[in-house]
Amino acid sequence: MTKQRIQLLDNVFLTYVPADKFKTDFLSAQFITPLRAETAGLNALLPAVLQRGTAEYPDMQRLSAALDLLYGANVEHSVRKRGENQLWGFVATCVDDAFLPGGDQLLEPLTDILGQLICRPVLENGTLSPAYVASERTNLIDAIRSAINEKRTFASRRLLEEMCRGEAYGLSHIGDEASVAAITPEALTAHYHQAIAQSRLELYYCGRAEMQRVEDAFRAAFRDLPRCGGVPLAAAQPHPVRETPQVIREQMDVTQGKLCVGYSVDTDDKEAVVVMNTMFGATSNSKLFLNVREKLSLCYYASSTYHRAKNMITVASGIEFQNYQKALDEITAQLTAMQSGSWEDWELTAVRSSLSNGHRSIFDSASQLEDFYMGQIATGRDDDPEKLLEAALAVTPERIRAAANAVKLDTIYFLTGKEATNP
Amino acid sequence: MTERNYPQIGERVYEETLPNGLAIRVISKPHHAKACAFFVTRYGGMDLRFQLNGQWQDTPAGIAHYLEHKMFDTEDGNALQILAQNGAEPNAFTSNAITAYYFYSTEHFYENLKVLLQFVSVPYFTDESVEKEQGIIGQEIRMVEDTPDWQIYTNLMECLYEKSPARVSVAGTVESIRHITAQTLYDCHRAFYDPSNMVLCVVGNVDPQQVSAIAREVLPQTGGNPIPRDYGAEESSAPAKRERSQTMEVSMTQFLAGYKCDTPPDGVEQLRLGMIGDMACDILFGDSSPLYSRLYEQGLINDTFGGNFDVLPGVAYLYVGGDSNDPHAVHAAVTAEAQRLGQEGIDEDFYQRIRRAAYGQMIRSLNSFESIAISQAEGVFHGYDYYTFPEVFASITKADLEAFLRRNITAERTAISLITPKA
Repeated sequence: MTKQRIQLLDNVFLTYVPADKFKTDFLSAQFITPLRAETAGLNALLPAVLQRGTAEYPDMQRLSAALDLLYGANVEHSVRKRGENQLWGFVATCVDDAFLPGGDQLLEPLTDILGQLICRPVLENGTLSPAYVASERTNLIDAIRSAINEKRTFASRRLLEEMCRGEAYGLSHIGDEASVAAITPEALTAHYHQAIAQSRLELYYCGRAEMQRVEDAFRAAFRDLPRCGGVPLAAAQPHPVRETPQVIREQMDVTQGKLCVGYSVDTDDKEAVVVMNTMFGATSNSKLFLNVREKLSLCYYASSTYHRAKNMITVASGIEFQNYQKALDEITAQLTAMQSGSWEDWELTAVRSSLSNGHRSIFDSASQLEDFYMGQIATGRDDDPEKLLEAALAVTPERIRAAANAVKLDTIYFLTGKEATNP
Repeated sequence: MTERNYPQIGERVYEETLPNGLAIRVISKPHHAKACAFFVTRYGGMDLRFQLNGQWQDTPAGIAHYLEHKMFDTEDGNALQILAQNGAEPNAFTSNAITAYYFYSTEHFYENLKVLLQFVSVPYFTDESVEKEQGIIGQEIRMVEDTPDWQIYTNLMECLYEKSPARVSVAGTVESIRHITAQTLYDCHRAFYDPSNMVLCVVGNVDPQQVSAIAREVLPQTGGNPIPRDYGAEESSAPAKRERSQTMEVSMTQFLAGYKCDTPPDGVEQLRLGMIGDMACDILFGDSSPLYSRLYEQGLINDTFGGNFDVLPGVAYLYVGGDSNDPHAVHAAVTAEAQRLGQEGIDEDFYQRIRRAAYGQMIRSLNSFESIAISQAEGVFHGYDYYTFPEVFASITKADLEAFLRRNITAERTAISLITPKA
């Protein structure tokens, strides 16, 4: 498989990944721009408003009808945070021509719809439809408020907010309620013109079509895209080490407590941190899973995540309120075990197998590949999964241990019940 | 093994039934790096009452799920760890009707397959190990008790059904699982983990003969007879209760409405009715339906709105839900629209569009190994070949859909479950 990346226009790139193992073609158009409090809400609202219709298909029903005719092609707006950049745009999929009766071709019309959504929105007297803006603003505010619904993700987000207060990484990728509520159709329209002209645009295709056909389709669909100047992407700043750890405790009417722990990692050997974190808590074979869950039966889930661009590790678990100290002690004990190099051979074998499986499997999913490449671009890297795997497999036990010793407690976040007493 | 080709959808299957009754399906995917194996038993959360050795047994709610957790224990340790050390990503799930154990791997596939078949077919429990799991599953139950999506579904099923065990949560309760002992687990294993009650589905670039040889080598030579099960007395078409409301820490009201539908017989008719039910959802409230646009533009629904058709042992239902400030208005509108479509007929152009989209959707689902494996297993359990879906789909008419809506989506057959925010 040969991935290709070419420049289509000023600050517009196309990543092409040929693959004939999927039933569908996968397309994506993502604007990448620094994540900032002033613009996060605008960038989150914009694709939702644009998805309401285009000049040619001016409402949802007509747009959906057009997609239905393309054998249920699918277009979804998306907003992501990768490193300290915000990605907003659309992903689209359609059944590959090979599986259609009657020789229909879907790539060109679907790419065209993608281009329309970005370049030819519904305008009323030069302004994005005020009705669409108002309705999507309400929906976005509802989505921001609904962060409390899923306590597991809510607690992990609260930890990041508290840990990275003052850093772009601590911001929500969908903005905050007050700034979204203040967005007017005029302000969003002005932002729209600026964003589509100046932000980096990354296009992506994965499927059976030839490169030339894909390039032609994207060139045609984005022929009207204005381009002037360019906003550079943000280079993520490593999370600064906190001298005295902070403890945040919040109450809600819940039956299970959520304990989240954040650590800074003070090393440049990121490959070693990847391996260290995998052994510490990233798999069902990890120290956290085997001890906090399997040995002590304290939780159903306990896992850790490495935030590579920020050089941070976060741990998440769900526990009985009264087990706060016990769980925290055990998490700490497992980190200490990593620091003293106390693991068995099979643990390292398992970690290497798991990393190898994970990296190889990326090629079996068009959407995972898209997320991988977009993430690479947004964090200023240009590695392939194979290269990353090779680097991870070369990490020695000494480097793992050194990486563990660069880990330092930063923030503890505990979501507990209303009636629970202090842990 | 018999080889079957399905050129229209680009699929190839090798199938066989062993002398012990185990059905094997190998779905060839020559270009993927990963392969997966799903070992599935027709035993789920609803199988609470059954006959073993001529005696009717009543088992505690949540036992199938509990058994799933404990099956990973082996005399030598834990199968999860062995698989993970071999680079596999193992997991399992329990639904209302089935329990599935599976792994994905990019290397050591046949070794992993052996481990999978071994640990699922050879139970190893002690009172101590069963006791220890109370803590882990207890925390899993606490977690779902704080999850609005889970609560709203469980409450809806309690409303819809009076006698069917569909009303019982698959995970059980912290109270019900206390009654589970090593002996009850052994009994359930003996009853339901018999090869004749199971299917092995493998998807990937693997050798079908070798899969068959491993299954013959690891599993018992002979199988048992079907176990009589009791899913309760026949349900009336009316719900047990019209409405249930619960307050939780959520940002806005969520609703889930259900309609009790006629239960399809086994055989290809079940596959056909499943497609009719899915298409009825698209026509009634799918993204491109007139109702969806109207409710969305009125601000009564947002993009969380949606639903599906589901068939369980002895029962079938259609559900629809999402966030709304006026759930009762949305609920009434869905029922009224179904009756209007049933009486006045579905617009022919709209119907043709939805047909295309529905077909595309089925092709698209073939990207997912899990979706393939589970569809194949259900086909075996219910007596049809899933990959014949293009022909079965072709036999569906507009009149079938109108009749389905007219008969099933009525005010008489419906109930609603609500989750409202704390004041």
